[in-house]
Amino acid sequence: MNKKKFSLGEFLRGNSVPIMFILICAFCIPISGFSPTYLLNEIITRLGRNAFLILSLLIPIMAGMGLNFGMTLGAMAGEIALILVSDWQIWGIPGVVLAMIISIPFSVALGLLCGKILNMAKGREMVTSYIISYFINGVYQLVVLYMMGPIIPIAHSSIKLPRGYGIRNTVSLLNMRQCLDDLLAIRVSGVKIPVLTLIIIALMCLAIVWFRKTKLGQDMRAVGQDMDVARDAGIQVERTRIISIVISTVLAGFGMIIYLQNMGNLSTYSSHSQIGMFCIAALLVGGASVDKASIGNVFLGVILFHLMFIVAPSAGAKITGDSMIGEYFRVFVSYGVITVALVMYETKKRRAKQSLGRQLEEDQRKGEKA
Amino acid sequence: MDDRKAPLLEMKNIRKDFFGNQVLEDINFTLGEGKVLGLVGENGAGKSTLMKILFGMDVIRETGGYSGDILLSGEKVSFQTPFEALAAGIGMVHQEFSLIPGFTATENILLNREPKKHSVLSDVFGDRLDTLNRDAMKKKAGDAIEKMGVMIDGSMVISDMPVGHKQFTEIARELSKDQLKLLILDEPTAVLTEHEAGALLDSIRSMAERGISVIFITHRLQEILNVCDQVVVMRDGRVVQDVAARDTNVQEITHWMVGRDVQLSARTFRELPSQETVMSIERLWVDMPGETVRDVTLDVKKGEILGIGGLAGQGKLGIPNGIMGLYEAGGRVTFEGKEIPLNQPRRCLDASLAFVSEDRRGVGLLLDESLEWNVAFPAMQIQNKFLKKYLGGLIKWRDEKAIEEVTKKYIDELQIRCTSSRQKARELSGGNQQKICLAKTFAMEPRFLFVSEPTRGIDVGAKALVLDALKRFNRESGVTIVMISSELEELRQICDRIAIVSGGSIAGILPASASSEQLGELMVSQVK
Repeated sequence: MNKKKFSLGEFLRGNSVPIMFILICAFCIPISGFSPTYLLNEIITRLGRNAFLILSLLIPIMAGMGLNFGMTLGAMAGEIALILVSDWQIWGIPGVVLAMIISIPFSVALGLLCGKILNMAKGREMVTSYIISYFINGVYQLVVLYMMGPIIPIAHSSIKLPRGYGIRNTVSLLNMRQCLDDLLAIRVSGVKIPVLTLIIIALMCLAIVWFRKTKLGQDMRAVGQDMDVARDAGIQVERTRIISIVISTVLAGFGMIIYLQNMGNLSTYSSHSQIGMFCIAALLVGGASVDKASIGNVFLGVILFHLMFIVAPSAGAKITGDSMIGEYFRVFVSYGVITVALVMYETKKRRAKQSLGRQLEEDQRKGEKA
Repeated sequence: MDDRKAPLLEMKNIRKDFFGNQVLEDINFTLGEGKVLGLVGENGAGKSTLMKILFGMDVIRETGGYSGDILLSGEKVSFQTPFEALAAGIGMVHQEFSLIPGFTATENILLNREPKKHSVLSDVFGDRLDTLNRDAMKKKAGDAIEKMGVMIDGSMVISDMPVGHKQFTEIARELSKDQLKLLILDEPTAVLTEHEAGALLDSIRSMAERGISVIFITHRLQEILNVCDQVVVMRDGRVVQDVAARDTNVQEITHWMVGRDVQLSARTFRELPSQETVMSIERLWVDMPGETVRDVTLDVKKGEILGIGGLAGQGKLGIPNGIMGLYEAGGRVTFEGKEIPLNQPRRCLDASLAFVSEDRRGVGLLLDESLEWNVAFPAMQIQNKFLKKYLGGLIKWRDEKAIEEVTKKYIDELQIRCTSSRQKARELSGGNQQKICLAKTFAMEPRFLFVSEPTRGIDVGAKALVLDALKRFNRESGVTIVMISSELEELRQICDRIAIVSGGSIAGILPASASSEQLGELMVSQVK
């Protein structure tokens, strides 16, 4: 009996973030006044839009590289590929597939660079990758603002800035908008289900499950838990870590393309800027931590995080009369969740460290009684 | 056995020095196939260095290699990396666990040697995309566990295991290597309960019966006698005895281990200066990794030099580190009648306690600052010494002149070899760095001093000076000193009483005039 109570406490402590979000949603849904059909529709759309991107975060976490902003680099690679494809006027599914293929070399190159740098900053991957993402954002702007036109031929004036080079603020992807989602889509009592997108996501999940069973996956788990032991066993630690980042950036590139085809337009200079933050926040809301994340965390996280975004603005507007509160809330909560998760990770580590001391004290007390 | 066949392992004239400091001299011994060799000796006798040479550890190559020959089955070998040693059939279980905490025993046993299943994708992307063959892994690990003769659960995650099972997992990992011919066990029973240790000894015997030779390093001498065919005793980098286990006993081995030529004349014994207790330690526990302290109760008399000795890893270092607040501790410590709060280093320093750490580069010194700063910094920080006050103490400036003076004084007194008092601490040799550590502590003028391993890694000349300085500081300023050292001989040289720590607690306190055999027996009495 005693033991069961203890495990309930552990359960609550271990899942405090998702539980908090469930409570917030439960509070906001009735106030917002949205119909269940509307909410379900929105959730499924956003699940299709975001899940793949968030899945790309799992592999670096498995390799012990923490919550990794390296995915932002993949997102930029995906955007460059989309700009090129839309200039070539290849639309629909072929456009999406071609964009994915073109994004691969960019993602791989950026992933290699990022992995190399992160190997020099072991244990500080999160903040290092965050700063790298800013640095690469500068390179991205250089390419998109100045090199697209004079160096990289851009034919269509609809995406070129009026001055003759550089890309406009928004690139319309209207001709490939939701092409994945609409193919094979079915409607169940007013809720649109993007079957193909969900199949792709399901395949991705299967691929991750399979990957965990491979030798490489096993090596990554070993490296993630103890680099020194892994090295002593002959595993190439640095190489394994780089591979995990490259896989992550390539997947993030695909994820970004899926995300943008759903949105239907590309904000050239800002689409990628917050995507890493929101993905990481969503994953944490789903109950993941710095060193542990599962596919279940991804789905729970997408659902809870976005449910809150849908209902909170409207609930906020109903309570305060200000609709801006929703956007404010979105950013505030993202940073807040990440901070909370980091603090909890540190306390957990410290508690584990202290438990040995407690154990000693207890043994001593027992010895006293006996 | 066929006597003409070359023995499995032969060591011939092995010599090794670390930068001129000779640690191994003319090591010779042979080990037959399927035999168990017990290797014993005090800390620093050279056992670990010898095993590192055999196992091809990087540190040996980085420090200039070794001389002499190692013959494996009659062939000369010289391993450049541990991987070469592994390939040649040598396995080693280190004192520290080398296991992945979140993996099961099976996964750890076969780490990076997992049986794999081929898949289509691995043709394209390379064999790292082969999937693991869980059934084959289970079988292979199961075989290794069976070979060991101790049952452990292969599907149990390491972090959930008791310490003993972790140890057995490590051994099973070595046994699962098909080429294994020689297994080195470095203090495998140190972390085991008596029951588990017994099981391990049985499994060592059964390994030997299967033709695997074992080198068994331990401080528990009875175990050596129970399980080994042959005992090699090392002291000061030499093999002093190489006998069959059945021809000897614990007393004899202890004598060989510590028995130096005793020179009583060099020391002067005195009565304890006072019977008054200055510090009393009650039920102290300290969670210092590798040096756990359990339930230590100890009284320190005013004005004495109390030595704390014991084998490495038994907790002697944990005592000062715990009291001074560097590692988490519990219990009660009173100094001059007042209780010292634990886990708050500043409160200890305020109470006029001082500590010369064994980690002189990490804790003891500001490596990139001048000697002046190093000497004056603690006194300046803690006691507001060497400061000039202006505006009634609102503004405090460093008194550079006083700092220079005091540093020069100690440079002369302790014969610190340096270019000037402004030289950086990093540039000094180990012995001189240690003297700076002492100088900065002396500058604080404490009433009570902990000195931890003051002579570790410094040459003989500097050693004598350091010990002399401590003795003088005690005699002239009446400071109570607690000195922690692995070297019994130096404890016997300057201490009034010697407490021996074994298995995390005090095994006994003897006057410094006690024989080294008596002290040696205490050292191994409660080894856990």
